[in-house]
Amino acid sequence: MSTKTLVYILKRLLLAVITVWLVITVTFFVMHAVPGGPFVGEKAVSESVRKAMEAKYGLDKPLFEQYVTYLSDIVTRFDFGPSLKQRGRQVMDIISDGLQTSAYIGVIAAFLALIIGVVLGAAAALNRNKFADRCIMVVTTAFVSMPSFIMGSLLLTIFAVKLEWFPANGDAENGLILPIITLSLYPMAYITRLTRSSMLDVLGQDYIRTAKAKGVSKWKIIFGHAMKNSLIPVITYFGPMLAYIVTGSLVVEQIFAVPGIGRAFVNSITGRDYTLLMGTTIILAVLIIVMNLLSDIMYKIVDPRITLE
Amino acid sequence: MNKGEQKMSNKPFSVQLNVDDFIPATDKEKEYMVRMRPASTFFKDGVKRLVKNKVALVSFVVIVLITLSAIIVPMFWPYSYEQQLGITPGQPIDNSFVNLAPFEYGKSEQAKIDAGESVVPHIFGTDSQGRDYFIRVVYGTRISLAVGFFASIIVLIIGLTVGSVSGYAGGKVDMVIMRIVDMIYSLPDMLMVILLASVLKQSLEGKLDGTMLAKIGSNIISLFIVFGVLYWVSMARLIRGQILSLKEQEYVLAAQAAGAKGSWIILKHLIPNCFSVIIISTALQIPSAIFTESYLSFLGLGVNAPMPSLGSLASEALNGLSSYPYRLAIPAVVISLIVLSLNLFGDGLRDAFDPKLNV
Repeated sequence: MSTKTLVYILKRLLLAVITVWLVITVTFFVMHAVPGGPFVGEKAVSESVRKAMEAKYGLDKPLFEQYVTYLSDIVTRFDFGPSLKQRGRQVMDIISDGLQTSAYIGVIAAFLALIIGVVLGAAAALNRNKFADRCIMVVTTAFVSMPSFIMGSLLLTIFAVKLEWFPANGDAENGLILPIITLSLYPMAYITRLTRSSMLDVLGQDYIRTAKAKGVSKWKIIFGHAMKNSLIPVITYFGPMLAYIVTGSLVVEQIFAVPGIGRAFVNSITGRDYTLLMGTTIILAVLIIVMNLLSDIMYKIVDPRITLE
Repeated sequence: MNKGEQKMSNKPFSVQLNVDDFIPATDKEKEYMVRMRPASTFFKDGVKRLVKNKVALVSFVVIVLITLSAIIVPMFWPYSYEQQLGITPGQPIDNSFVNLAPFEYGKSEQAKIDAGESVVPHIFGTDSQGRDYFIRVVYGTRISLAVGFFASIIVLIIGLTVGSVSGYAGGKVDMVIMRIVDMIYSLPDMLMVILLASVLKQSLEGKLDGTMLAKIGSNIISLFIVFGVLYWVSMARLIRGQILSLKEQEYVLAAQAAGAKGSWIILKHLIPNCFSVIIISTALQIPSAIFTESYLSFLGLGVNAPMPSLGSLASEALNGLSSYPYRLAIPAVVISLIVLSLNLFGDGLRDAFDPKLNV
């Protein structure tokens, strides 16, 4: 690794740290800009009770002091404070409970998308303009232009309600299969298209012709020479893919009633659970930022041709 | 016709000049010599390439058809999107209008038909509150398209202003603006959109009453604000890149030498030259805005009820999914169709007007 790469990584790291700080700050101040505060919507709370509640959650202190406390609690102890609506539970506990299920779904969906996407994309590229290629392109185009909540609802209708192959509830046995499929279809289609176009690009390169001229076998060319280079664009898609899976999980978990962090996030919006909303936003944002960082760094290391900014 | 040759063959070795060779050519002869094609402009060239692209053309037709019907149909359709058909003032509620299947009629309508009157059918049936579902879908399409269009315009205006100023000014101004852009760009957009939309929704509620904006609804306004705050950055980056390369051109130097001001050069020389990039990215921005709106509607942060949008229709349909699956399928198909054809048309525009961009 050259010093240039190292400098780039450090710079990128700094930007990521700043972004995380920005997310926390924006989330904090935006949430505190809501008129009336969290206890106004409550049923008939008397003035003194409201004061006591605010004192309990530290809401009576000056805003900036609250901000400093909030920030230092997160940095030093990963503490997002207590949930406002779920009595006696800490935000971090709710998040770590949900994160297990969500991470499980997300990781499997990502791998599924990656493996099937690359295989389909390579197959399409090798059969360029033939029937198989056309089919793959039409199907992936349809998947790419369908919002995740529609995809989820359609799968739910077909496989859970009509055919009853899978349960409609994420808590049940095998209940996570449909959510995983729903989440993986969009990135799968995207990776297929990405792999196809980069594979076509690589197959037209001189060194592939040289290999062919030397008499290297077809499969050795594909796996030994073409595959490696055509996967570089796929690596750059890693970050966006995770971002998609995170935001997609918000609706998918809602549709299939999966007890994950996405559902906690959506419920915290409708239930006005401000601390939980802040906590989930920050955790999900950090997740996305870290994955983007990793995929950027990996990209630079894998492909030395890329000029560093 | 060919006078010269004729004369030559008569007197092959004569050096005397023939006067006939020097008479002016007739109009017909001139026309014969002219083989120039009519001058083609950049725009005409692009349109020519676009028309050749069948996929883009079909998508364009689909978009036009959907847009026109979304505008025209509500004008003459006898039902409105918020009218609950079973409810007439002063009479008991007629429950026979609720949850009609496609082409079914309510009791009073059936009576009218039996009496020989014609009643406009409920093509997609009615919803759980007795509202004609067809007009709700049409109106929802109108709202979704309008949101997509105006959101893109907002993004365009902000991105264009910031990008061109940043690119043309360069130096410290450029650096500061670009760092801000970098930061906003690296924020996870969807999470911030949801956060801002949910907060703005609560802050704006009730504040708009009595103003012009009240009709649009607080949720759509907050959606526009969110787009204005977050989504201009990629447009600004794109425009800045274009301006950076364009401002090195000689004609900019010439304009500067002639004493033109910066704003004049940006408006008259630089922006018209990145027009194709602007149009293309705006066209591609519309489907993504529609996508975002439907996503937010699904989470309950979209348009205010009873106003429908395609996303809110889809999310309402989830409740009665097992009995009325078509109520989800219809808005789903319309969203997918709009997004798909806009994307394909945008790709076609890019191929036709800016072959360089197509990486």
